[in-house]
Amino acid sequence: MNLDPNKIREKLGLGDDKVYGVIGEFDDPHELVHAGRKIREMGYTKLDAMTPFPVHGIDDALGIPYSKLGWIVIVIGLCGTATALGLIYYVGAISDKFVIGGKPLFDFTFSIPVTFELTVLFSSFAAVIGMLALNGLPRLYHPSMNYQAAHRASDDKFLLVIEADDPKFSPQTAAEHLKSVGASTVEVVEG
Amino acid sequence: MSDVAIPQNPQLMHVNPPLIRAKDYHDLSEQISAIVEGDVLKTPLKYWITLSITGGITALLGAMLTYLVATGIGVWGNNRPIGWAWDITNFVFWIGIGHAGTLISAILFLFRQKWRTSINRSAEAMTLFAVMCAGIFPLFHTGRPWRAYWLFPVPNTDLGMWQNFRSPLIWDVFAVSTYLTVSALFWYTGLIPDLATLRDRAVSKVKQIVFGAMSFGWRGSARHWRNYEAAYLILAGLSTPLVLSVHTIVSFDFATSVIPGWHTTIFPPYFVAGAIFSGFACVMPLLIIARWSLNLHNLITLKHLENMNKIIMVTGSIVGYAYACEFFIAWYSGNGYERFAFINRAFGPYYWAYWTMITCNVFIPQLFWIRALRRSIPVMFIISITTNIGMWFERFVIIVTSLHRDFMPSSWGYFRPTWVDMCTFTGTIGLFLTLFLLFARFLPMIAISEVKGVLSYEKEHFKGQEAPVEVA
Repeated sequence: MNLDPNKIREKLGLGDDKVYGVIGEFDDPHELVHAGRKIREMGYTKLDAMTPFPVHGIDDALGIPYSKLGWIVIVIGLCGTATALGLIYYVGAISDKFVIGGKPLFDFTFSIPVTFELTVLFSSFAAVIGMLALNGLPRLYHPSMNYQAAHRASDDKFLLVIEADDPKFSPQTAAEHLKSVGASTVEVVEG
Repeated sequence: MSDVAIPQNPQLMHVNPPLIRAKDYHDLSEQISAIVEGDVLKTPLKYWITLSITGGITALLGAMLTYLVATGIGVWGNNRPIGWAWDITNFVFWIGIGHAGTLISAILFLFRQKWRTSINRSAEAMTLFAVMCAGIFPLFHTGRPWRAYWLFPVPNTDLGMWQNFRSPLIWDVFAVSTYLTVSALFWYTGLIPDLATLRDRAVSKVKQIVFGAMSFGWRGSARHWRNYEAAYLILAGLSTPLVLSVHTIVSFDFATSVIPGWHTTIFPPYFVAGAIFSGFACVMPLLIIARWSLNLHNLITLKHLENMNKIIMVTGSIVGYAYACEFFIAWYSGNGYERFAFINRAFGPYYWAYWTMITCNVFIPQLFWIRALRRSIPVMFIISITTNIGMWFERFVIIVTSLHRDFMPSSWGYFRPTWVDMCTFTGTIGLFLTLFLLFARFLPMIAISEVKGVLSYEKEHFKGQEAPVEVA
């Protein structure tokens, strides 16, 4: 067994020289969007922002693609429709052929309410679980939490992140660039 | 950015004031979180007194249900021909109340009504608690609640048959349980960013762990928000038809039967309007009390309450129109049984219930046409209570007066509630208030992140203009 501490460290992504990125802090959502757009124009591609509420315009400024959640929801939702119709058909017309009140064993009309409800139920679970999955949640740790004022990102500060895996990334220049677009505090964050 | 904010004309400030009055984002986090973060032992005594009273009433509910299960369903006043009485009245009453929460969180969201952000969290919580109270009644009305899984298509060996999907009662099972689940999902999704705020502010290790686990590691990344907003929009889009379907399906329980007074096509829209009417009237007193006791005047303003009163007035008028329409159709149908059912409703043995309903639901809310009354806290408090009384009586009138005299005079009857009926209903009110009190104390009752979004918009829009001071 290889117990070389450096190799283990490398494998776990730990180490003194590992950098997650550079974070710049802003006080106002508009400044953040403005700065984000400028940083992107400088050629950075691996960008993120951390904000206490959804800031409109930040997605376009940072080039964050449209959410794919809708596709997940519609597929799962239609599974709900199929489940309901299959269930009602199986129960009424295959497993338990029992004529009640002269009504047909299976019909779309009396299936509408339950089909609708199950479609909504499946879709809602897909929306919530899909949202969490697309966001990589739940997770216990994220390197951005090493930022000294990370807790302010859910309060009143707006953080702009240039991640270290950006091809153009160098801690020194990225920090200078963030300073130049108006960040009040800039910090290189380990990860 | 494309949307350049246009500052509002100062002369319009009294008509369209800013909704949120807060210095900055930090102030908002501070104000709302402070309610949750205070030392439990230092909670004001009046909170504990209220909680112990409502808790005592909840214990009464437990006692009544235990007594019912131990003795049998006969402890309620239900009889022949009135097989559905207070239990189903209370069920429909509580389900209806729940509708306001989803209306505020979903329908007003789709209509981009920014004022909803101050009240949606508490209204959604109220929905959950009301649906829980509602569920108790049909569950215990079955007489054998331990067999409740027979309501669901679960493979089992003791029932020996499947559920009948041709019956509206099974539709109702699906509608109500879906509604409870989706409301809970919607409510919790809204809570995630606020739980992250609480986690980041927490000082004790226990709180950090609890809020950390509850917020799933949310960090407010722009990618998170993009998916989150998509999820929120989808949930709002799903909940809007859902909320309309739930009371529609509840009304099918009645409308698909052949009982005169029930068998009408107006029931679905009429039930939905009534549900929203009673729901808003139930959020109102809760908000007035919370606003006053927790000092939230800067977040829940008179403008919010006035808007809600307008909705109460509109839905109350729709309900009034439905009452008139039912009477007209009863006469116009030429059906003797139908006509008798309605004359009997207004002038028969239950005339007092009918006229209580008409007074509380049709006449009293019309006072809200007057602006001064619409903006007076005592007036809206009283009207919201009378509306709840009226809407309870609406369900009582529909259920009991239609059943007590049907086709054959030989089987006519009269219903009187027993003390168990009364104590069980009182008990659910206790349960509802207890849950709401616990929620208001231990979770952020105003959506912090959503209110911050509105504040950001208003900072731009109003450019430091001061809102007129409210007299209330």
